[in-house]
Amino acid sequence: MNVIETKNISKLYKQADQQICALDNVSINFKKGEFTAIVGPSGSGKTTFLNSIGGLDSPSSGQVFIDNMNITKLSSNELIDFRLRNIGFVFQSYNLIPVLTAKENVEFIMLMQGGAKTLRNKRAIELLDAVGLKEQLNRRPNQLSGGQQQRVAVARALASKPKFVLADEPTANLDSTSTANLLDIMSNLNNEESMTFIFSTHDQRVIDRANRVITLEDGKILSDINVK
Amino acid sequence: MLTICKIAWRNIWRNKLRSLIVITSMILGLWSGLFTVAMSNGINEQRVKSAIDTYLHHLQVHNPSFEYNLDINSVVDNPINIENELETNKLVKGYSSRIILSVMASTAHGAEGVKLIGVNTDNEMQFSDINQNIIKGNYFSKSKSKPAVIGQKLAENLNLDIKKKISFTFVDDNGDLQRIKFKVVGVFKTANSIHDGGNIYVKKEDLSQLLKNKTTIHEIAVLCNNIQDSSVLKENLINLFPNNKIETWKDISPELGSVQELMVWFFLIFMSIILLALSFGIANVMLMAVLERKRELGMLMSVGLNRTKIFLMIIFETIFISCISLPLGLFLSFTMISFYGQKGIDLSIVSKGLEAFGMKSMVYTDLPFDYYIKITILTLFVTLISSLFPARRALKLDPAEAVRSL
Repeated sequence: MNVIETKNISKLYKQADQQICALDNVSINFKKGEFTAIVGPSGSGKTTFLNSIGGLDSPSSGQVFIDNMNITKLSSNELIDFRLRNIGFVFQSYNLIPVLTAKENVEFIMLMQGGAKTLRNKRAIELLDAVGLKEQLNRRPNQLSGGQQQRVAVARALASKPKFVLADEPTANLDSTSTANLLDIMSNLNNEESMTFIFSTHDQRVIDRANRVITLEDGKILSDINVK
Repeated sequence: MLTICKIAWRNIWRNKLRSLIVITSMILGLWSGLFTVAMSNGINEQRVKSAIDTYLHHLQVHNPSFEYNLDINSVVDNPINIENELETNKLVKGYSSRIILSVMASTAHGAEGVKLIGVNTDNEMQFSDINQNIIKGNYFSKSKSKPAVIGQKLAENLNLDIKKKISFTFVDDNGDLQRIKFKVVGVFKTANSIHDGGNIYVKKEDLSQLLKNKTTIHEIAVLCNNIQDSSVLKENLINLFPNNKIETWKDISPELGSVQELMVWFFLIFMSIILLALSFGIANVMLMAVLERKRELGMLMSVGLNRTKIFLMIIFETIFISCISLPLGLFLSFTMISFYGQKGIDLSIVSKGLEAFGMKSMVYTDLPFDYYIKITILTLFVTLISSLFPARRALKLDPAEAVRSL
């Protein structure tokens, strides 16, 4: 069953007088439970592709379906609500809310969704426990290491039980131990909860763990390989 | 919403120094503005009070043609009935019936045109503050010769002192030129040097002896229990005694009344200018905060925080800053205004200039309570307006771009 389906999506940018094609007629499907790495050189369109399927950017042409819903037709406010309820995001620079504690950061999305306090509290502790940060519940981001912050970001992304998680170079700022820990966590969640992960990455360690590797170049799919 | 408030509150303290600078500038802005207004208001209140206590009083009754030329024959119509009415009227605190002559005062050193005011000395003592303003001699001692109490300015101009004689020349109610000598027994000094330079108080009976009509009254000055009652009493008296001209202190000295009314506008304009200047500071700081947190705001939008909540978060941050500054600024202002309202600010270094405008050199700050309410509303309004631009700027962020920004 396809969780995500893109049909001929293209994205054109205007830079000075030039038109740049960041995505060129990309059609691709993602099934539930896939652990996919999107690779390619800088400027190949990885982030644009993630933004398009995450509803952060609208394609110039083509359609994106999430669970058979065409999100390219949604208004900007509908998209915000759609993202809140369906997509988990993990960013390269962690991007936690610095004035909230680790637990509050994880709870934040559930709170925006209107989740009950006891449920929020329980799930936040469970998730932070799952990413190995049960002891750091009440620490603020500036009291955590980069690896710990990214684990909180993963917990936050999963808190709302999204349909899939988009991670834009999640290991770019992490050392090898933190990267390995983070990938273990995400891999376990993928195996245990059939959570769909889509990464954009340059990191070979991430590529090695992926069960599908899509290579983009000049906005086009160069290859799409099922590894395992 | 509580979480948005919590984030907004904590955001204020992310850059403590910057927030404290804004808070301090708001406190100082409010304090300086309110204190200046309180000082101006105090000066004006004192000026009005001093004018009312000394020469204006709340209400004056004259013959309609008296004020144009101080004509000796322009007497109050039916003074006995007016006095009877004033005796029984509950709005009235006191009154003083006076004979007023326009005379030429002369001594060996010079001559000046002055107003000779004949008063019932005992009654006047209860009524006006001339007896409290005696700086030399005393208030109508039991002198055998005709006693006069003169202003310090006039004493200086005519080189007069106590126990010195002064003669007055005037045309009596028969049209005959009269000359009469009085002895200076006291010198007064009020807040108004113009009043001190042109008025002499004498006993009413000393003047009535010189007139053909012994019951002549040129002026009945009235004090009400409450200054606000003067308009009501005026209407009552006009209905009862239509042949006389009855005026409140605001009618006689409109500049004093209008200054009091202008104070409200002065307050609003002055505080608006201060708050406008502060609002640019607040808007600038909030804009810096928004631009510094571009990535964070982009992330919040990406994960699903809608634009209304982003907008409210920035508004709340600004409102919280004024919620901290406003009570502190008001408290500081209230404390200082109360303190100097009791102790007074000594401006004796410029007393001569102040006296020319009818002001005392000791200024007591005063700010009515409703001004504190007005400034609270004004501050919150200005703060809200100043937060709109940064909040709008935050809304314009593109989440995909903002989340990648440095």
